[in-house]
Amino acid sequence: MRHPSKPFRQCKWSEPLICELSSDGKIGHMVPRPSEEELRAVGDPMGHIPSKLRRDGPPNLPRVSEAEVLRHFVRLSQQNFSVDTTPYPLGSCTMKYNPKFCESLASNAKLRMIHPLQDERLVQGILRILYELSRILCEITGMREASLQPSAGAHGEFAGALMIRKYHMVNGEPRGEMLIPESAHGTNFTSAAMAGFKVVRLPLDDRGCIDVEALKSALSKRTAGIMITNPNTLGIFEKDVVEICKIVHEGGGLCYYDGANLNAILSKCRPGDMGFDIAHLNLHKTFATPHGGGGPGAGPIAVSEKLRDFLPVPLIGFDGERYYLDYGVKHSIGRVRGFYGNIAVLVKAYAYILALGREGLREVSEVAVLNSNYLMRRILERGGYELPYQRSGIRMHEFVLSAKGILDSTGISALDIAKRLLDYGIHAPTIYFPPIVKEALMVEPTETESKMELDRMAEAFQRIFEEAKESPELVRGSPSNAAVSRVDEAKASHPMTMRLSWRSPPAPGAESRSPS
Amino acid sequence: MNWGRHLIPNSSPEVKASMLKYLGMDSIEELFRDIPEGIRVEGLDLPGGMSELEVMDHVGGILKRNASLEDMPIFLGGGAWFHYVPAVVDEVVSRSEFLTAYTPYQPEASQGMLQALFEYQSLICDLTEMEFSNCSLYDFSSALGEAARMAKRVTGRSKFLVPKFSNPQAMGALASYAEPAGIEVLAIERDPITGQIDLEDLKAKVAKDVAGVFVENPAYLGFFEEEAEAIGEIAKDEGALFVVGFDPISLGIVKPPGALGADIAIGEGQPLGNHVNFGGPNLGIFACNGLNLLRQMPGRIIGMTSTRDGERAFCMALQTREQHIRREGATSNICTNEALCALAAAVYLSLLGPEGLRGLCETILVRSRYCAKLLSDIEGIKAPLFEASHFKEFVVNFDRTGISLERIHEGLLGRGVHGGRPLREFPELGESALYCVTEMHSKGDVEKLARSLAEVVGGK
Repeated sequence: MRHPSKPFRQCKWSEPLICELSSDGKIGHMVPRPSEEELRAVGDPMGHIPSKLRRDGPPNLPRVSEAEVLRHFVRLSQQNFSVDTTPYPLGSCTMKYNPKFCESLASNAKLRMIHPLQDERLVQGILRILYELSRILCEITGMREASLQPSAGAHGEFAGALMIRKYHMVNGEPRGEMLIPESAHGTNFTSAAMAGFKVVRLPLDDRGCIDVEALKSALSKRTAGIMITNPNTLGIFEKDVVEICKIVHEGGGLCYYDGANLNAILSKCRPGDMGFDIAHLNLHKTFATPHGGGGPGAGPIAVSEKLRDFLPVPLIGFDGERYYLDYGVKHSIGRVRGFYGNIAVLVKAYAYILALGREGLREVSEVAVLNSNYLMRRILERGGYELPYQRSGIRMHEFVLSAKGILDSTGISALDIAKRLLDYGIHAPTIYFPPIVKEALMVEPTETESKMELDRMAEAFQRIFEEAKESPELVRGSPSNAAVSRVDEAKASHPMTMRLSWRSPPAPGAESRSPS
Repeated sequence: MNWGRHLIPNSSPEVKASMLKYLGMDSIEELFRDIPEGIRVEGLDLPGGMSELEVMDHVGGILKRNASLEDMPIFLGGGAWFHYVPAVVDEVVSRSEFLTAYTPYQPEASQGMLQALFEYQSLICDLTEMEFSNCSLYDFSSALGEAARMAKRVTGRSKFLVPKFSNPQAMGALASYAEPAGIEVLAIERDPITGQIDLEDLKAKVAKDVAGVFVENPAYLGFFEEEAEAIGEIAKDEGALFVVGFDPISLGIVKPPGALGADIAIGEGQPLGNHVNFGGPNLGIFACNGLNLLRQMPGRIIGMTSTRDGERAFCMALQTREQHIRREGATSNICTNEALCALAAAVYLSLLGPEGLRGLCETILVRSRYCAKLLSDIEGIKAPLFEASHFKEFVVNFDRTGISLERIHEGLLGRGVHGGRPLREFPELGESALYCVTEMHSKGDVEKLARSLAEVVGGK
């Protein structure tokens, strides 16, 4: 085990922009050319472009050789923290290890080179995988039917919110308000608003859970539904969830489950049994598909019987002999994207689930929760950090600490702590979220970190607290071992200094920051 | 058997016991005490777990039941297109450091992805001649939906015009995004012979309540929209935004959206180094012009800035538009996007450069023209149906063969060829299908298609 005091240094290349590697005459890839016979048959290719639509000159793309392109991007890759190189305890993101056999399967030409409009008889393999995956996700969530179409969690939320909207419209009783607790992910508020809802925020009680009395008073004939994350973003299981769903149902509303935190409860309990009508799953979190530096993910939605007829089309059907695309959904909201979903991601998740199986998935949530509580107590052991809400309580797969006390006594903020962790070769937790916690550090170690690594993480947190007291300048000056020192984020967004492409010069009057 | 142990290092009973002991607990179940008894489950009906070898065999075996482009020529396009993916692209997107990273929330630790995405945005700006690009949306269809909503935010108007014969999938997504925002989507007529947008109908429909006019060049049915620039002027004269859809590959030789006067440019970026993968993941390209529009643009944007030490660096910019800060006031809920697909596009465009992209366009133009010519030589077949210039796709009409699309499709399949997409959603086009030819279809493939069609049509 590498002790936190052993030095770590991220790779640094000061790599130029790809356009700065460009020079005339270079090219990085040879494309196939038409034959003489084809050229004779059809003539000058440019003759087939209307003169009004011909590009004036070649696009201003870089001219770089193949090896230079490869080296450039490999160097960039080396300036990037990732699960494969460091622990990545980013709360709510479930950055677990992504098994390589899943990648290997997804490189199969029988997946990569099949077209979504092919005759169904020629794509029975992929349709079977999608069908089986939808059945598995229904079993895991305790739901009746699933759509694999949404490309990400937020996309699933949007589809779900559209379904809730349509459900009330079809029932002849349009409802315009969505209830969302203060601790919810930011996407919940936006997804509901995008689907046309007015958002009504629910306060939390002193346990950090939804305040049931506040819920009751917020509920009205206008209430279309509620969106809940459980365990919530504090890592606390909403004990009253069954009652909450019952209350909302009695008021005529529907219940939406944000599955970002499903890793905590796999095979232990299910959204459907809690009373939810719709649940989205983040396959790039719970089911170990890589997050790709921001995507692609996949955000399938599973629903109860009541909402089956509102799912996006097509669903994947099976008639006992053949698999098919099922467009027969009575009140379908239609579609939220082209084709059927992020298929390559879905296949990886399917393979992961097959490998782990029933008991393996249960082990996932049990160890994820064990790791989380272990790490939390280890960090809290020597003080400094505080655990808001239910101080002696347990947390599920993640926990939120407050560095407010450290800030007050040393001037070191959650941001400083996050940056200093990078110096120890550990990715920072999610910070300043949920907003109800001051100086929040939201930590999710996942089940794929070993006890040794958890001990090392705890040690790093504790050392940073010591450093905050003894040499705060060191922490404020961090990171010093990452590829670059602290980045000026405000400058990137200020109208005078903003540069969003290499074409755009800084605004007139702004300091010159041309590539050098 | 305790499957999955190799992925869960602390699953050994000894380690668990020591960790539980530290927590002062006897059993894992104590950690789950907050879950009410009534909703706990035991023994879900799920498969039992497998070794890696068994998973590989099992899933690989199921996938064998697909017929891929390696097994037969497939002349399908219409939203997903077969293009060659250079080996360097696959190599780069397989780099663990990119593949297994999250969104670059900590810029100091994520300069690699941030710079790559900044380069992607810049390459898109150069390719499209637009001022600003975000770093990806889900796909073209959802990008169109976002464009319509953005047009409404910018103009405060609520009608959005789209040409007839547009991609039905994109129209579906557009409806889902537009309807809750109170946007009404209206169709613009096309000339039945040339397929070109009916400018008179457009003028009649563009009014002070129109937020945006959408044009795709080349159109869904493959032909160029010759009056694209004029359409943009008509739209803008009435204060509507001009939204241009484009095929990024075509921009090697085709006038880019920026030069056509686009306010917003959207495209499907899958052809830029991303495999078809049965239609996903994709890459929604989204670019716009002007600071006023930039502030309303959905999606993440990466900016260039500097470090405390004055070095060049990159980070996410303009996050005040985004959901985690603005909540219900955000420009979009998109969060997880298609960053890795954008990376693939950046590598692809860097490899091909201006010369490679132009060469590829020429090859595609020649081969698809060659294909149309061979098909139109067959008695009763009209290819292309519309009297216009086309890029890689074109409509083939079989009306005068007296043979239904279904029989033609079966006849082709029997000869080891997958034909184009039947255009049943446009009954006015008769027995028509949309064919697509790219560099992935060899001269031999195209000739095989023509030979097979001649046999099917000739009743052999």
